[in-house]
Parts: sequence; structure tokens; C-alpha cells
Amino acid sequence: MEPFEIIDHTADVGIAARGETPEELFANTAAGMFSIITDPNNVEPRTSRPVTVSGSDRADLLVAFLNELLFLLETDRFITRRVEFDRLTETELAAVIHGEFIGPKHELETEIKAVTRHELTVEQRADAWHATVLFDI
Amino acid sequence: MAKGWSGPLEQIDDYRWRIPKSAQSGMRVDGILYADDRLMEMVRQDNAPQQVANVACLPGIVGASYAMPDIHWGYGFCIGGVAATDIESGGVVSPGGVGYDINCGVRMLTTTLEREAVQAELVRLMDTIYNSVPCGVGVGGQVKFSGREQRDLLVRGAEFVVEKGYGRPKDIAHTEARGCLDGADPGAVSDRALQRGVNQCGTLGSGNHFVEVQVVDEVYDEAVAEQLGIRPGMVTVMIHTGSRGLGHQVCDDALRTMEKAMRTYHIELPDRQLACAPVGSPEGRRYLAGMRAAANFAWANRQILTHHVRRAFAEQFRRSDEELGLDLVYDVAHNVAKIEEHEVDGKARRLCVHRKGATRAFGPGSPDLPEAYRDLGQPVIIPGDMGRASYLLVGTRTAMEQTFGTTCHGAGRTKSRKEAVRSAKGRSIQNELKQKGIIARARSPRGLAEEQSSAYKDVDIVVDVVHQAGLSRRVCRMKPMGVVKG
Repeated sequence: MEPFEIIDHTADVGIAARGETPEELFANTAAGMFSIITDPNNVEPRTSRPVTVSGSDRADLLVAFLNELLFLLETDRFITRRVEFDRLTETELAAVIHGEFIGPKHELETEIKAVTRHELTVEQRADAWHATVLFDI
Repeated sequence: MAKGWSGPLEQIDDYRWRIPKSAQSGMRVDGILYADDRLMEMVRQDNAPQQVANVACLPGIVGASYAMPDIHWGYGFCIGGVAATDIESGGVVSPGGVGYDINCGVRMLTTTLEREAVQAELVRLMDTIYNSVPCGVGVGGQVKFSGREQRDLLVRGAEFVVEKGYGRPKDIAHTEARGCLDGADPGAVSDRALQRGVNQCGTLGSGNHFVEVQVVDEVYDEAVAEQLGIRPGMVTVMIHTGSRGLGHQVCDDALRTMEKAMRTYHIELPDRQLACAPVGSPEGRRYLAGMRAAANFAWANRQILTHHVRRAFAEQFRRSDEELGLDLVYDVAHNVAKIEEHEVDGKARRLCVHRKGATRAFGPGSPDLPEAYRDLGQPVIIPGDMGRASYLLVGTRTAMEQTFGTTCHGAGRTKSRKEAVRSAKGRSIQNELKQKGIIARARSPRGLAEEQSSAYKDVDIVVDVVHQAGLSRRVCRMKPMGVVKG
């Protein structure tokens, strides 16, 4: 199975991601989100920076995490390519993100306004961890 | 992924359908959808009717949970959704009923130019506009404001930037709410939101936002058109954008607060994205104060873009922008919550009216309208899609009686972005538009593919429904000549 796939929504677009562990699931969801924004093959993990966020539960934490990455994209022009987790609980995470600043080689195709909570799911199934997230475009 | 709606949909008349409140437990009022048979076929396949039913569960909702004919699946509220809650009876405000792009809206300018004069210069004009309007993902604006100026801008909206030289004093009167919602508090806007917005005032963004050069191709009501300064063959301009990252962050911050507030006020709803709090609660008041600041930011944003567009026309035609007209007909918000007085069961009530992808359409006589338009009703601007048409209408008394003075906001999507991109494989949307005589400029080919005509419902049908249902009256139709997309 793919680490993530793009899912249909009439107005917007979403990601269905999976991972063996919550860490892999979070990382794959982030990769899926950035694949909507730009071609990940053009992004190299040149620099890194720490990220810490908290949430009221695992789903809220995932939304907060993705929103933080969007915030860094908009304010610092930092594109995330890869994520390494130092700590990931149900309500808190600390990670180091690797990527690079927006440059002439990056074609940014879609602006994601926000990560929505509509039909948001994060769950452990028999085979793996799964998440569904819809974005507002 | 759309599951469709298998619940009841009772036909009331040719253009109205009811989801009775018995359809789902928790519904406090009926759902009422405006659509004809053709649109209803599409609506049934979509998840939007479920969302209309969910919205009907909001505490304090009065009248009905309404959906306009451009209805489609959103998040929380459907797009094209209208809900009014009674403030004195514990009515709530829901950030999901406004959306992330607070005060996303559209404005329309007239010109003194005829189609032929613009046609000869069209390619160069579109290049000039494209180069003067900051657009696309992560692109900052040309206008920078200090911290203090930013706070003034959030409090005063369009007027603040007009005073700074971006626009004409006359623009203010021709903007919904005069381009400024009272009660905006920059203190209710988080640092994160300010950081996101600081470089984005005067930028178009991407997605469905655009600047279009259009031509009036059909006039339905000559008398009203004339009073609005419009005649057939006239070139017009439409600008569609919102509050950019600042608004998105205000919404996201509020959703997190509201989730907690739901527990405090013991509110249970079928969708997490509908999180809400009573209008009078600290959480509700803080959201409204921040939302108003974001709405004011959006009006300032459209005002600065108007300035850029005027300059682009002046540069291209080597005449002053006043000589070229470029007068603002009107500016409407289509993602906003406002405190308004409406009649409910024969009594005047103070309501919190959420319009999510829906346009205010106040009828003749409304004190909120500028004097010049008071007898006509409020101008309503309905962008269609970049290949077909857009409309100008006016609000009606029927809208005041039926939908708290509200009508549709656009054509409404029918195809998902993924499906649209798939169907554009191997095609050039830019060339297809060119063959139709429409010059398109966009940062990304994928963006154009997502926004192609066939991804939208036919705006002619949507506007026909609101016209026939009496929610607003057709004045004229505009055809696109050129479009700039982010």
C-alpha cells in the first residue's frame, strides 16, 4: 500500500495516509500535504529546524502539526521534505523537520489555506495506523 | 468520496426543497434547499444535504438551515449555506459557518472602454495586470505596513488604505458595510495570524481567486443597469479574493478554542468542524472581534488590488485611471457572520447571520445601502467560471422575507480538483481558452486545470434559480475576456 493517496472532495482535496507507527503516519501525512503544494522531488533536505506542537487528542495534534508546517511555509518560506520525531504522544510532539527555503526551482502549484477538521480521522486498524485529512484550498 | 444523500427531500415548489427536521435527530429546524430539477440531480449525489441537516442542529438557529443553488460539499457547513441564530436565545456563532477565508468576496468595476478598444490590447493588458497583481503561493505584497498601521488597518478596513492612497473615497460607499465591520479588535487576532498576514495585504492568492476583464454581453433590466452605470458592450473588471493567511489563521485559532467551549457549554453536534459557542460568551465574542478584523483586512486587500488594477489599465491605455472610469459598482462579502436585525415569526430579532459561500442580497429600502442604490436593492455580484459568464443582480424583498436577505455566491463546483486535473491530462486549458478568445495568465497549469469551466455548475442555471425564486433579480451578464489566476 502507498504511504498516502490523494482523495476527492468536491471543493477541496484531502489525503488518506497510513503508517506502521504513529510517527510514520504523521510523516506520511505531511509528505502527502506537501505533494499537493509542490513536486517533492525538487525539494532537498538542506536545512532543518525544530517543531513542537500540542493538541487535545491525536487527531487534533495531527492538525496542529500540519498547520505548523503550513505556517512555516507561509511565514519563513520553508518547504518540509522529511520529518524526524523526537517525541510523539497522544497530545504532544517534538520533531525536527528537514527541507529548504522556496527558491526559483520550486513551482508552488496549490496554496493550502488550512487543514480542516471535517471528517478528520486518526485510527489504529489491524494492519496499520490510518489518517484522513481534508484541506481547504 | 461523496456518499450522497438518501434522506428525505420534499419538494415545496418549483425551486425549493425541504429536509424535514424529523430527518435526523438533533435538527432544531428544517433544511431548505433552493434548486431546480436539474441542479437537484447533482445535489443528491453530493454530501451537501447532510451538511444542511447538520447545520440545522446549531443551538439557537431560527427559520431554517438554508442552502443556495450553488450548494456543494464543504467542511462543516456546505458551501452555499446560510444559518441565522437568535442571540438572545443562546444562539451560537460557528467559525465553520464563515470558513477559513474570512470575507472572501468579490467586487466589480465599470470602465469607459468598449470591447473593441480592449480587444486590440488584450494580451498586453492581461500581461500588465498579471505583472502588477502579486499572486500565487507564498508571494508577498508590494505594500508594507508597520505594526501600528497594521492594527489601524484591522480596525478600519478599506477606509484606512484609501486614506493611504489606495483607491478613491467614493469606493467606500460602494462596499458592503463600507468596507469595515464595527467591533473589530486586533487584540483578538493572534501573533501567528498577524505574522501570516503581514506581507499578504494586496495579494491575490491562488485557488479560485482571480482578476477578470469582462464585457457586458446581455442586459436584462435596462433601467437598473443604467442606474448602476452599465451598458451593453462595456468592459468591466471583477476581483475575487479574501483575507489570505491572516483570516485562515483567525479561523483555525477559533476552531481550537471553540472545541473546548463546546464542552464548557455542553453543546453536542454531528461534525467537529461545526464547533461553536454562544454569541454572548467570551469565546463567541472573541471570535467575532477577530473575525471582524480579518474581514476588514480582506476589504483592505481587495481595495489595494483595485488600485493595482487601475494602475495597470492606466499604464496600458496611457490615460489616467479616472478617465478610464474604473468606478466600483459594489463589493460583496460571501464568507462572513454578521449581527443583523430580521423579522422572525412577526417579531424583530437580533440575529447572527452566517453566510458561507452565500451573498447578502438586501432588498430596496434597506438603510444599509448607499443612497444611490437604496431604491434598487443591493448590487449582488456572482462570478461564474473563467470560460462561461458572471452576473450582476440586485437584492429583493423576497430575499429579506425568505433567506435573511441572502442569495447564491457563484456557480458552485461540481467536479473535484483531482477529477478536474485528471480530465485535463494532455490538454492545455490556456490554449482552449485562447481559442474561445479568452486570455488566461496563471502561475500554475494545474491551477488552471482545477478551475476549468467543466469543474463548475452552469452559472446560467444557478442564477436562473435565484432569479425565478425571487432571491435576487438579474441585471446583466458579463462574458470573460481575460483572466489572471494565482
